[in-house]
Amino acid sequence: MRKLSLTVIGMYATILAAFSQNSSDSSLYKNKKLSFDEVDFVSGYYHQNGNNSAVTGGIGSEKLSDFANTIELKLSRYDNKFRRHSFNFELGIDHYSSASSDKIDPSTISSPSHADTRFYPSLGWTIENVNKRTAFGLTGSFSKEFDYKSYGLGASFTKASKDNNRELTVKLQTYFDNWSVIYPIELRAASDQTGNGIQGHSPRNSYNGSFSISQIINQNFQVLIIAEPSYQSGLLATKYQRVFFTDGSELTETLPDTRMKIPIGIRANYFLGDRIIIHSFYRYYQDNWGLKAHTIDLELPLKITPFASVSPFYRFYSQNAVDYFAPFGRHNTSEKYFTSDYDLSKFTSQFFGAGIRLAPPKGILGVQRLNSIDLRYGYYQRSNGLHANEISLHLKVK
Amino acid sequence: MRKLLFTTAAIGIAVLCFTSCTSVKEYQKNKLNDSEMQLSSRKVQKFEMNFQAYREGASGANGGKTSGGCGCN
Repeated sequence: MRKLSLTVIGMYATILAAFSQNSSDSSLYKNKKLSFDEVDFVSGYYHQNGNNSAVTGGIGSEKLSDFANTIELKLSRYDNKFRRHSFNFELGIDHYSSASSDKIDPSTISSPSHADTRFYPSLGWTIENVNKRTAFGLTGSFSKEFDYKSYGLGASFTKASKDNNRELTVKLQTYFDNWSVIYPIELRAASDQTGNGIQGHSPRNSYNGSFSISQIINQNFQVLIIAEPSYQSGLLATKYQRVFFTDGSELTETLPDTRMKIPIGIRANYFLGDRIIIHSFYRYYQDNWGLKAHTIDLELPLKITPFASVSPFYRFYSQNAVDYFAPFGRHNTSEKYFTSDYDLSKFTSQFFGAGIRLAPPKGILGVQRLNSIDLRYGYYQRSNGLHANEISLHLKVK
Repeated sequence: MRKLLFTTAAIGIAVLCFTSCTSVKEYQKNKLNDSEMQLSSRKVQKFEMNFQAYREGASGANGGKTSGGCGCN
């Protein structure tokens, strides 16, 4: 009898071991391979016009067009400890043309920034431990345009609560930038009147922190509170932007070498009934240049079907001027810092439009891998006359 | 006074949100997991947040760009 019992226990243990071995082996084999997750294509076109160009001291055309494209590839694999490793490779290319930048050197339309292309690749790696509910990530980025180079490094850490209802995220990001200093043609030394206009190089470094906590309130409602303090140092003025003084004299924009920014935001999403979602966002911003701003954003995605939605949105923004701003010809020569850049003036702005999102289970146009498509258009209007149109497209392939 | 009122209201809303929440199980998260419910900004908003950061003095806390390029045009 004892022999029989031992045999039965032995067989049971063997079966258990065999099952666990099979399951473990197959999952390990499957998960360890680097697999394709998705590719995202995002394309955008932006066009603006206004009459307060900073290059010409706060007057003149602000006409500008920008065509931007990014492609992002996501791959992932699991390691022996069942931790998920995600890899992101992103490449972005923007091409813009700007009427005001032609005025840096009006004698030629080939002045450095009248049209330029920005090229910006980035790499990211994230390791996610599902058992511990943690994720750690590193990113590296590079950006290059005619007069500007930027190197970025970042790290992030996320920890979720036991019930996955709360999540805390900390991100640290630094950018080490190098700016080619270009003066308006009439303010260059006589020996620098020819050539590409570059008078030297100057660094600009940014150190950004991001601290956020998200919380599920109930089955329909979740919120996120986020603070992103940022400290910048180096050349923060744009040296080809002119400033005209009350006595008729002219210099280039001059601003402090440091800037501390503190934005705090709260985002709340609520699923109302079965078809309507309410997205709301508020941000308060303050910096040590005297700028304070409020942003309110409201978006109402309406689900026409479970796989298609239309999202009208409205955004209101308000800021006061920085301490160093004055319009064309209104600065006093005794001032230490001065700018006539209307992006730093007092104004309100509105941005409104709509988006459409399609994610059919059989793929876009029946192509299974074309997972979803987002199209979004918005009109931007600033109280000082600047207005713009922006249209973006996002295509996801899985 | 306005600042004090604003701060009090913000803290009050935050406390109310975080204390009135109920524990939601994974199987109850079908609405929360809907793609339209994500709390981060969507990829299609990427470029509009960039131009807003360029055209306005304030930036950050919205998932948009904070640096890594001149943005001087």
